[in-house]
Amino acid sequence: MKPIELEKVQKIIDGFKNKEVYVHLETTNGAYASHINKKAYNVGAYIRNAKVSFNQAKIVGDGKSYRVGLKMEMGWIYAEGLTDWTIHEDSKLLMAGHDREGRLMVSLQISETPFSY
Amino acid sequence: MEKHVVVIYPHPDDESFGAAGTIAKFREEGVPVTYLCGTLGEMGRNMGSPIFANRETLPEIRKKELIDACEVLDMNLEMLGYRDKTIEFEDRNQIALDLKSYLDKIKPSLVITHYPDYAVHPDHNALGAAAIEAVRLMNPEDRPTVWAQAISNDYEEVLGKPEIENDITAIFDKKIDAIFAHASQAQGVLGQRRDEASVNIDLKEIAKQNMGIERFYIWKF
Repeated sequence: MKPIELEKVQKIIDGFKNKEVYVHLETTNGAYASHINKKAYNVGAYIRNAKVSFNQAKIVGDGKSYRVGLKMEMGWIYAEGLTDWTIHEDSKLLMAGHDREGRLMVSLQISETPFSY
Repeated sequence: MEKHVVVIYPHPDDESFGAAGTIAKFREEGVPVTYLCGTLGEMGRNMGSPIFANRETLPEIRKKELIDACEVLDMNLEMLGYRDKTIEFEDRNQIALDLKSYLDKIKPSLVITHYPDYAVHPDHNALGAAAIEAVRLMNPEDRPTVWAQAISNDYEEVLGKPEIENDITAIFDKKIDAIFAHASQAQGVLGQRRDEASVNIDLKEIAKQNMGIERFYIWKF
């Protein structure tokens, strides 16, 4: 993956508007968080291949870390802390946020075809 | 001497971090070892350091690393096809029957798995419980011995001293080679321990300090 380029990513998420798309949305701090640090909490959530449609899409950020909001007819999809992006298999948009050790903390992925399951 | 050892863990790299020295010792004695690996670690958060994997490429990368690690350890590999982080939500009995079908075929004299409820990761606990259930479902006279590995910080306080303590420092390089076959995971996992110690020491030294002895409880049915 490479550091997020705002204009390029904005253009790509615009291309997914008003289509039926598959979304992978995830956040994690690892299954060992509280094992390694007693004061830490294990938290994580993911949804894979949620079939959705959004009519507004925007990426906002300060040049290092970005937020993406996707507006659906009845609600929102939101991710914060995205730092990197790539296109997978020519068409799937992958965005992720990594910590300084390169560990994934958050990811938002959008595709017109399902992600492998 | 053991006849055949079956190792049952959910993730590519559990075998290397947890039991590589023990596996290598068995192989030196000429005992066949088979690894039943539950998932491909699809949901891992370590993506290599520097990053070379992403959520979508990670499964294939880890599959290759798993195959390489099994080659380093010279053991057979069966991939069970479950999905990372979901084992505890599957039907435990069904997984037990799946595992039993392998055990019925391989007829091991020893099974190594995680100690349910004391293995930290929900996948470890769930697959360990299913593995023990698979052995329990066998006729008592056909049951292999089960070595269960606990990981939690408090396990020794609660469970007492593990019966099996394998000092593997003599073949530690083999363990290191197996761990580093998991290139996407090794640095992240060992680096975590460096954070904890907050000193800048060599990752291999960290591994040696923490992993020179592999401990297991003998499961009582």
